[in-house]
Amino acid sequence: MLKFLLSRLLTFVPTFFGVTLISFAFIRVLPGDPILVMAGERGMTEERYQALQEQFGFDRPLIEQYIEYLGGVLQGNLGESFVTKRPVWDEFFSLFPATLELSICAMVFALVLGLPAGVIAAVNRGKLFDRALMSTALVGYSMPIFWWALLLIIVFSGNLGWTPVSGRISLQYFFDDVTGFMLIDSALSGQKGAFGSAVQHLILPAIVLGTIPLAVIARQTRSAMLEVLGEDYIRTARAKGLPPQRVVGLHALRNAMIPVVTVIGLSVGTLLAGAILTETIFSWPGIGKWMVDSIFRRDYPVVQGGLLLIAVMVMIVNLTVDVLYGFINPKIRKA
Amino acid sequence: MATATDPDALSTEAERPGRLREFWYYFRENRGAVFGLWIFLAFLFVAIFAPLIAPHDPTAQYRQAFLQPPVWQEGGSWQFPLGTDMVGRDMLSRLLHGARFSFFVGIVVVVIAAGGGITVGLLAGFSPRWLDSIIMRLMDVILAFPSLLLALVLVAILGPSLLNAMIAIAIVLQPHYVRLTRASVMSELPKDYVTSARVAGASLPRLMFVTVLPNCLAPIIVQAALSFSTAILDAAALGFLGMGAQPPTPEWGTMLSEAREFILRAWWVVTFPGLAILVTVLAINLMGDGLRDALDPKLKRS
Repeated sequence: MLKFLLSRLLTFVPTFFGVTLISFAFIRVLPGDPILVMAGERGMTEERYQALQEQFGFDRPLIEQYIEYLGGVLQGNLGESFVTKRPVWDEFFSLFPATLELSICAMVFALVLGLPAGVIAAVNRGKLFDRALMSTALVGYSMPIFWWALLLIIVFSGNLGWTPVSGRISLQYFFDDVTGFMLIDSALSGQKGAFGSAVQHLILPAIVLGTIPLAVIARQTRSAMLEVLGEDYIRTARAKGLPPQRVVGLHALRNAMIPVVTVIGLSVGTLLAGAILTETIFSWPGIGKWMVDSIFRRDYPVVQGGLLLIAVMVMIVNLTVDVLYGFINPKIRKA
Repeated sequence: MATATDPDALSTEAERPGRLREFWYYFRENRGAVFGLWIFLAFLFVAIFAPLIAPHDPTAQYRQAFLQPPVWQEGGSWQFPLGTDMVGRDMLSRLLHGARFSFFVGIVVVVIAAGGGITVGLLAGFSPRWLDSIIMRLMDVILAFPSLLLALVLVAILGPSLLNAMIAIAIVLQPHYVRLTRASVMSELPKDYVTSARVAGASLPRLMFVTVLPNCLAPIIVQAALSFSTAILDAAALGFLGMGAQPPTPEWGTMLSEAREFILRAWWVVTFPGLAILVTVLAINLMGDGLRDALDPKLKRS
């Protein structure tokens, strides 16, 4: 087990350095002089140019710049945003709860619908429900989610007027950040209607972001269940005379969950990519919108730092899933 | 068919069906896949003949008809069957022309990503361990970034345009081909036919491309179909974010992004481009499922 853990950690280290190298290279491979690009159309004085050149260390050899950058990264120093002048690290972690809250709700939505749907489809294999469900799942899987978001806005915000179009909560409510999760904070604030408003704001983005995971989970659960339902121990359980719900719900589902859990763990990257589109459309103040805005504002330290933090986060989650999977399934450990 | 007139050919054909025929036999079993194939062929037809079918120039602006609804709704006319957009361009013509861009994106991305990925994957599979490790770690690095984010940043570096969006998407998709090819190569290498080719004195390039590669193709073809649809989706997403094709190009994602402000006033400017993306992507994914059933013997009949 220790050997397995070490080998996984050993592949983590070079990947980490590769990721830092890419995010380091980002500003330096931009066509043209990054400082002039930052200055924009107004231009800048010669002294200001020199000062910035020195501040970013562009006048020194690349390898020296990289080592300094890496040193900064390891100490949690990712530079400052051009626009807000705040450290990138602080900005990231002040916006991160919004993305996390949205992602968790999207995942809950996907699981609550996807797991039972996959199980029912597997049990009724080949019947109408199964076919209808799998067709729907394929549609969901092929969905351009930015368009899906616009459709939901047309129906639920435009025609029905049930949900607001943007933000996390109605502007009439003010309360302190306690956890950074709007659902919890609004409930804690005790203000009438605050929690309801937070839910209304959250529901459409969560559905949009959860759609592709929902389709993937339903398909994956179905195929995992089908595989498990063919096993001998299921036949034994049935032969013992256990009620079908118990066989399916307990014996089969528990074993079918292993691949499903892996899929869930590995969909963090998908969620973050989806968050870019979802947050942009719903003006959700999270990491995805922050990255897109920064790319358009040419706020390069933010893009650079955000890219690195997101990649490292994805890597850590993948590593954790990998290790957990090794714990559950000894066959993987040996390989 | 030429074989049907030749009795000898017919008898051998009956003994052992051709690969293509066998493939078609399994592919036909999957009704969804055949359905997808028909839609894909229609899409292909539209992509090729768009300038001939389209009733109007996709960039021509008709000033008398801003945001005219589709023909079946009050105020619509047969002159613009699917209505017009905010500057009076014919939606139908723009959608038909949009098929060209999406098809072009799919083809170019798949060719670049698969071409590069297969070559690097073969190289990794055949190379000594240290080089193999370096290549695979490099792919891990690319895969650590969410694909859309990396594509977005790459386009920001290269400058927003459809061509740069295609390059960025190809770079992001390429590691999947590398992994897939390498894994197949690894499972083929210990087999007897490879050893005998090696003993017979086959050169390394011959061993890689002629002996081993054809036996690794099945999963790669399936992956190609799936990344064709991913490429169309991602290019549309980049266009939607303003980082892909630039207006007034009638690319579906770009059309959606231009139409965003009008969603509550004119549903058709938003609905149709997205529907076009969905139908195309869905058709390709259906086909991809059929391809997998037909090509991958392990999953056959499961």
